[in-house]
Amino acid sequence: MKPTRPTNPGAAGEPSADVRETGPPGGGAERPGAAGPGGAAGSAEHYLEVADLSVAYRTAGGEIPAVRGVSFGLEPGSKLGVAGESGCGKSTVALALLRLLPASARISGRVLLEGEDVLAMRWGRLRAVRWAGASIVFQGAMHSLNPVHRIGDQIAEPLLLHDRAGPAQARARVAELLEQVGLPAWRARSYPHELSGGQRQRAMIAMALACRPRLIIADEPTTALDVMIQAQILRLIDELVTDLGISMLMISHDLTVLADTCDRLAVMYAGRIVEEGPADDVFAAARHPYGAALSAAFPRVGDPSSRRAPRGLPGDPPDPAALPSGCAFRPRCPEVQERCAEVDPVLWPAGPRRSAACVRVLSPEQARAAGVPPAPAEEAGTGPAAEGEPRADRDPQAAARPQPQPEEM
Amino acid sequence: MSAPADAPRDTGAPAAPVLGAAGLRVAFAGRAGRGTARAVDGVDLDIGAGEIVALVGESGCGKSTLARALLGLVRPTEGRVVFRGRALGHRPRELKELRRRVQLVLQDPTGALNPRHTVYDAVAEGRRIHSGSTADEQEHVAEALARAGLRPPERFFLRYPHELSGGQRQRVAIAGALVLQPEVIVADEPVASLDASVRGEILQLLLRLRDDYGLAALVVTHDLGLAWNIADRAAVMYLGRVVETGPVEDVLSAPRHPYTRALLSVLPESGSGEPQVLAGEPPDPTRIPGGCRFHVRCPVLASGAAAAAGVAERCRGEEPGMLSGSGAAQVACHWAHAPERV
Amino acid sequence: MSRAALVWTRRRRALAGYARAFAGNRGGMAGLAVLVLIALTALSAPLFIDDAALSLTGAEGGRFQPPGPDYPLGTDAFGRSVLDLVVWGTRISLTVGFLAAFVSVALGTLIGVVAGHFGGWTGNVLMRVTDWFAVLPALVMAVALAAVMTRSTLTIIIAIGVTAWPTTARVVRAQTLAVEARPFIERARALGGGHAHVMLRHVLPNVMPVVLAQTTLLVAEAILMEATLAFLGLGDPGTISWGGIIQEARNAGAISSGIWWYMVPPGIAIAVVALSFTMCGRALEGVLNPRLRERP
Ligand SMILES: Nc1ncnc2c1ncn2[C@@H]1O[C@H](COP(=O)(O)OP(=O)(O)O)[C@@H](O)[C@H]1O
Ligand SMILES: Nc1ncnc2c1ncn2[C@@H]1O[C@H](COP(=O)(O)OP(=O)(O)O)[C@@H](O)[C@H]1O
Ligand code: SF4
Ligand SMILES: [Mg+2]
Ligand SMILES: [Mg+2]
Repeated sequence: MKPTRPTNPGAAGEPSADVRETGPPGGGAERPGAAGPGGAAGSAEHYLEVADLSVAYRTAGGEIPAVRGVSFGLEPGSKLGVAGESGCGKSTVALALLRLLPASARISGRVLLEGEDVLAMRWGRLRAVRWAGASIVFQGAMHSLNPVHRIGDQIAEPLLLHDRAGPAQARARVAELLEQVGLPAWRARSYPHELSGGQRQRAMIAMALACRPRLIIADEPTTALDVMIQAQILRLIDELVTDLGISMLMISHDLTVLADTCDRLAVMYAGRIVEEGPADDVFAAARHPYGAALSAAFPRVGDPSSRRAPRGLPGDPPDPAALPSGCAFRPRCPEVQERCAEVDPVLWPAGPRRSAACVRVLSPEQARAAGVPPAPAEEAGTGPAAEGEPRADRDPQAAARPQPQPEEM
Repeated sequence: MSAPADAPRDTGAPAAPVLGAAGLRVAFAGRAGRGTARAVDGVDLDIGAGEIVALVGESGCGKSTLARALLGLVRPTEGRVVFRGRALGHRPRELKELRRRVQLVLQDPTGALNPRHTVYDAVAEGRRIHSGSTADEQEHVAEALARAGLRPPERFFLRYPHELSGGQRQRVAIAGALVLQPEVIVADEPVASLDASVRGEILQLLLRLRDDYGLAALVVTHDLGLAWNIADRAAVMYLGRVVETGPVEDVLSAPRHPYTRALLSVLPESGSGEPQVLAGEPPDPTRIPGGCRFHVRCPVLASGAAAAAGVAERCRGEEPGMLSGSGAAQVACHWAHAPERV
Repeated sequence: MSRAALVWTRRRRALAGYARAFAGNRGGMAGLAVLVLIALTALSAPLFIDDAALSLTGAEGGRFQPPGPDYPLGTDAFGRSVLDLVVWGTRISLTVGFLAAFVSVALGTLIGVVAGHFGGWTGNVLMRVTDWFAVLPALVMAVALAAVMTRSTLTIIIAIGVTAWPTTARVVRAQTLAVEARPFIERARALGGGHAHVMLRHVLPNVMPVVLAQTTLLVAEAILMEATLAFLGLGDPGTISWGGIIQEARNAGAISSGIWWYMVPPGIAIAVVALSFTMCGRALEGVLNPRLRERP
């Protein structure tokens, strides 16, 4: 399949596809309607380039639009985090990148890996890409490991098949990989059930690294793990990705994990990316009300403003099969305006190298250019979403840290 | 931090505890060649009237077992559960009385609600158990649902759990507890299975119930942020024992136990400072080390700081002792108590 | 609308859902259609068969008349219409089938739920007893029971009831264990619910679908067993049942003298009814089993 111009279904007041695709990565952010983090399709600077990816699941109860036009780019060696509540389509995006979706899924858009469209690839080429181009680490390591094969054999499999390595070579590489992920070499002879959760996740990472991929997709790699083990695994992933210079797409519902690990952060809501930008900035001062609510939901221990003041978002998560008109976040949005019912916001520039899909980030001129009705007069240009000054309690430098005094340690 | 560590500080916590554990131990007989698991290994913990206590620790450290023991759902092998100053007996009548006045909220509301019962039935269940079907049952159910934030309650009466969102399900579970007008709620990871954006609302509900009705709560959690969000007091549990306790501001802002410090340091986005990732796997309650139970993983001991303070020998050979259940700030660590700490 | 009316509306809607799912199962629908037909026949039999036609002395037909215009299925040794006999036999077969299945399912459910709920010592003893009954050949047991008690329909029902329950007990116990492991049981206990509350309000409704499907399957088994017992001459001599007809046919030498119309029709009736119940039971299992279809 060769999709021509991607179109965004039902988007009122959406910028034309031409505009979306010509913005230089990040740089064109000041142009109204230059949507998308690094919109340039097939840009040589991007190892991975996703353009207007949409996925719908066909079910007995009708089609479920799980992903509705997602675009992003990933530079070599960079780490992008995708956050959002469960059901917002994160895993679907991850699976779509390697065409691992079930047969009931209908995909459109483009996924360019080094300029090559994964969605249009022949089967043999796709297999090679899955081994050496990009590999995926899932949440439930127990389900992804074959219980009846030894860990070492499972790691060696792609080496023997894809790299055509000899048995001795493969064994040496397995030992090397295990050492890289912090497991003793004799663990190659263990079966998955003999490992703890954290060790299994390490083995999964070793498997993912086996064919020296240039991109790792990690879908909730630490969600089932305990705090301490989570810290171990995150640190391991971080070191490996940095040392080996590979890119990473990390998915998590935990914004703090992503803000800690990744360079850039994308927040998804109801199948769309609603906010994107440098991780620290998005976490400290989100421009989209959902991004702001999500980051407020993760209190910082020691921050007086969140003491005895849990913050959440009223309302229920959206039902992808029955989204409201206009902005999908409208029913829960604390900052909702009348025009939110009329426009379906797409990612608009919202500061340096940032974008957000909320009408509040548009200046009056930008709004006019994008065909969005003007803001209510008294509110124009104000509000927390306007040109982000970081909230003091969220600023990485400003907040006092509840740490043990150094002389005590 | 210069005050003598063992001098209890007044925390303003109410004097008379409502519910508490005294020297509580729970051991599970080992299966298939494994030793006995000492899941709770000597805990004193009091919950004062109108107080929210957070019980924090890694998974497997015995938090749920302690919570269940407080409701008489598991029998202590040693020690007592004390409710309103009286030791809990384990005869059916005593248990039933306790379970009217103390309520449990479980982690996963999806599993905790019978899929074949409507919301109304799930909420009315407690009342029917304790006072039978009364004429004013519907009013009570409606009020409990409204207090749990499900308004208008009538709209939810006949829904089934699978027709509700996760947050709504947990509210139904909380309403089912509120309908009995309990004095204490024991909530085992009440928001762990919910989305981050929904968590805040449920926590606000717990806080509001405390403020409006003086409802005390023990909140079991592995999430220190949650403790910071709602609790008055925190108790940090490690391998079946409370190793540090005190007002949340003290325990989480100025932690003294090396374990508490490590837990805090690995929080993502905790700011600068090197995270102290403890190596190895979570500890095993079938093999609790001698001396300080944390000593095999203790970064203070490993770095030599304990030796410098002259307590290394005691760390390996002498148990730091049990903390009292009161509200005072206390820590079970030789090094934290050592006068010549550098 | 009052609350009770709303509850009722909901129940009806849920039932309609089950009915729709059942209707989607061809085998189940075919079985159900046959059963309805047979049940109607059994109920209306007294309207068109008079007692005289069934009595040994009052029958008008000749001895062993082959099927013909007067007697579509021929006559027996006493000149009675075999068709009338088979139709009349339906009444006993269905009665015994249902009652015996009910007895054994009630027994099996009670033992299964109690064994699953209490576990430990009680559960172990109950399951050992169940195993013991399960390995005893049910037929031999039933034969022995029917032989020592008076020869009546009630005896047959009891004999089948007390031998056919172990399967139900095992299925129900397994399901009980699965239900007991779910957190809502812990919640019910924490609310102060006792054993009776947990078993009646939580376990029983959740094992009911299995029980219902099991009942349907057991009716088929009970009908076969009743026929067998009657065939072995242990039935109530005063009643007409399918097994009894075949036994009389054998005694009258129907096999050697080629009087097939005396034996084949009741045999086919047994097979058809048993098959219909089994098909209904399997369909119900698919519709109601919570493991196959997770809906309240
Ligand atoms: N195989 C599938 N068939 C039908 N719907 C699906 C399937 N997989 C996921 N969905 C639906 O698609 C939406 C997005 O799911 P997913 O990508 O798994 O979200 P996330 O990973 O963010 O939790 C959800 O509403 C989910 O119910
Ligand atoms: N019913 C049980 N039988 C045997 N061991 C158990 C049982 N319940 C809990 N344990 C063990 O007790 C320890 C503490 O468990 P738990 O209280 O659930 O910890 P937490 O809630 O802190 O994660 C674990 O090692 C667990 O394996
Ligand atoms: S007592 Fe010693 S080993 Fe235990 S925590 Fe304190 S310093 Fe570490
Ligand atoms: Mg997912
Ligand atoms: Mg637990």
